[in-house]
Amino acid sequence: MSNYLYLAWIPLLPLATFVLLGLFGRKYFAKTAGIIGTASLLTSTLLSFVAARQYFLEDGKVNGAYQKIIALKYTWLEFSPNVSIDMGIIVDPISIMMLIVVTSVSLMVHIFSLGYMKGEERFATYYAFLSLFTFSMLGLILSSNIFQVYMFWELVGVSSFLLIGYYFNKPSAVAASKKAFIVTRFADLGFLIGILILGFYGGTMDISLLIEKLTVTSSAAFVNITTASFLGASMLTWGLTLIFVGGAGKSAMFPLHIWLPDAMEGPTPVSALIHAATMVVAGVYLVARLFPVYSMDESALTIVTYVGAFSALLAAIIACTQTDIKRVLAYSTMSQIGYMMFALGISKNGGENGLGYMASMFHLFTHAFFKSLLFLGAGSVIHMVHSNEMKDMGGLRKLMPVTHIAFLIACLAIAGIPPFAGFFSKEEILLAAFHANKLIYGVALVTAGLTSFYMFRLYFSIFWSKESTVHNNHGEGPWTMKLPLIILAICAVGVGFVPFSQFVTSDGIALTTHIDLLFSIAPVGLTLVAILLAASFYKTQNNKPEKAALAFGGFYTAAHKKFYVDEVYLFITKKIIFPLIGQPIAWADKYIVDGFMLALANTTAKLSTSIKGLQSGKVQNYALYFFGGVLALSILFIYIWK
Amino acid sequence: MNEIPLTHILFVSTALFFIGMYGLFTRRNIITMLMSIELMLNSVNINFVAFNKYLFPDKLDGIFFSLFIITIAAAEAAVAIAIIINLYRSHNSIDVDDATEMKF
Repeated sequence: MSNYLYLAWIPLLPLATFVLLGLFGRKYFAKTAGIIGTASLLTSTLLSFVAARQYFLEDGKVNGAYQKIIALKYTWLEFSPNVSIDMGIIVDPISIMMLIVVTSVSLMVHIFSLGYMKGEERFATYYAFLSLFTFSMLGLILSSNIFQVYMFWELVGVSSFLLIGYYFNKPSAVAASKKAFIVTRFADLGFLIGILILGFYGGTMDISLLIEKLTVTSSAAFVNITTASFLGASMLTWGLTLIFVGGAGKSAMFPLHIWLPDAMEGPTPVSALIHAATMVVAGVYLVARLFPVYSMDESALTIVTYVGAFSALLAAIIACTQTDIKRVLAYSTMSQIGYMMFALGISKNGGENGLGYMASMFHLFTHAFFKSLLFLGAGSVIHMVHSNEMKDMGGLRKLMPVTHIAFLIACLAIAGIPPFAGFFSKEEILLAAFHANKLIYGVALVTAGLTSFYMFRLYFSIFWSKESTVHNNHGEGPWTMKLPLIILAICAVGVGFVPFSQFVTSDGIALTTHIDLLFSIAPVGLTLVAILLAASFYKTQNNKPEKAALAFGGFYTAAHKKFYVDEVYLFITKKIIFPLIGQPIAWADKYIVDGFMLALANTTAKLSTSIKGLQSGKVQNYALYFFGGVLALSILFIYIWK
Repeated sequence: MNEIPLTHILFVSTALFFIGMYGLFTRRNIITMLMSIELMLNSVNINFVAFNKYLFPDKLDGIFFSLFIITIAAAEAAVAIAIIINLYRSHNSIDVDDATEMKF
């Protein structure tokens, strides 16, 4: 086995950049922060590619299957000889694949930000936060211990909070950052409990050991965790479901998705990095990381499947009605992550049945590229128009040719038109769904149609629709903004041809897949119909959209209002939790806990004021007390205490 | 010669002690207070010597103790007078009622 220790540099370089820019950035690197951040990340990216080449092509494969390698293991916190929290680096197909995704997308975003964020007052701080995020995400990917995952998970949450709230003088951004933090933090509570359950029964927090112990049906740990039950479900189901709740929080699955659309208040490149390509797929990655354990428990996987499928459909419907282009993309992200989730849910571990797992990871891979491209394209458009609203756009295709072509490619990719990247991964997911569960297949098909409809609604509204009303002379932006678009567009075309099933599968053994042309007819046909529909609605201005909205009536309004999920949350928190639980607890805290302590302090203070006269400062008084005391003691010992 | 009973001597020393104590409490002049303390110390010396003579005539412990006390009283007087001089320098007075800053 060869040495992968250099992988530690991949997260450590962004960490170093964060420390450097965070401490000295505003003073010394106000202009050069972007170059420093980009250069350090470029090194990380190159290292990731070296690692991928080494692992996939040279020495990862033993006996035809890719091995899981622990490159580094260091005991960080030891509770007892058996239970410890380790820091480690895990090398296996999905961690390497995620390394490539995160470093490449992050690099593109760093380059794009050079142009997009130019002239911002807190330019260095922005790059410091980006580096912090990249560090945390890379650490999360490489974690070999489930508790280590949790720590990086929280770090990712913090950096996401910082970046959403980057424009801290904008009240909506502050509210959005708080919302994102609180919602994901709430979900992380489930994650923590899940970790503790698995750790308690498995007797370890090390991922490889945990998988080893909990996948052998005869092992003591497995027998214990499946026989112990709570509220009618086994502890294994509880543990895995709670971990999935954590993942659902980060990955914006229903009903914990409410933070993602609001998170679009952050700078657009940040949305591209965090809320499209990397952090939001952390939940998928988590489920995939523990997939061998998940595959032992049918009920947990069923929950994953239905939550994923429902989120995919719901988000796709909402996306058709939104007018803020970033919100459309946010819901689209949620929908695509739902795709990945249910693909995992319907999968089995190993062999031909592991198609769903492979498809999910493949979709994660391709989605990262075309979705970050969409976001960066949207960023470019917003940079031009200075607005997020569709009505302010239209007819931009002549003004921004590069963005136009890149955006079109990304739309085709996400819609799943061959030969663009999304086609291949989506095809695999649909195929897996078709074999596993017809209901899920139906949902997936409808979602695919809706996806292409809202994506092309977006495309036509931005670039066609009407004559441009924008009169800017700063053009499409500097080359730093165009270059990432071009590179990502090439990726969005090309990554579908990566022989993914050879590399990333549930058991490490290459899977042979084939594109079945007959099978592809239904989704591709539906997609084409949806695109034509979108074209007839939005290519030129007409009253068809209004008519359609009227035809759907209340359903349209409900979808436009995001199915009132936010309102339900507000109702539950403001009308039920605050008055019934929050206020009594606040009362008890104020009058009982604080009251007791205040009474104690007040009594002491009063007592001391009343006797402070004794300290008169007169020597003779003190002498008198002394002799009085001696006298009292003499009387006590001579006459009373005999 | 008729022996003076022990109680007589104890009366003298007790009287001396309380005279000293009275002086300590009533006088405001620090030097007078110091003199009163000396009186109290001397009453203790008398007790030591008397008990030694009447109860343990073949031992010298009480007398040694008196000698110690005399020595220490001398040292104490030196320290006390140094303090008094400093007090006078800072307060322009050796009245204890003028030096009551060390209070609540």
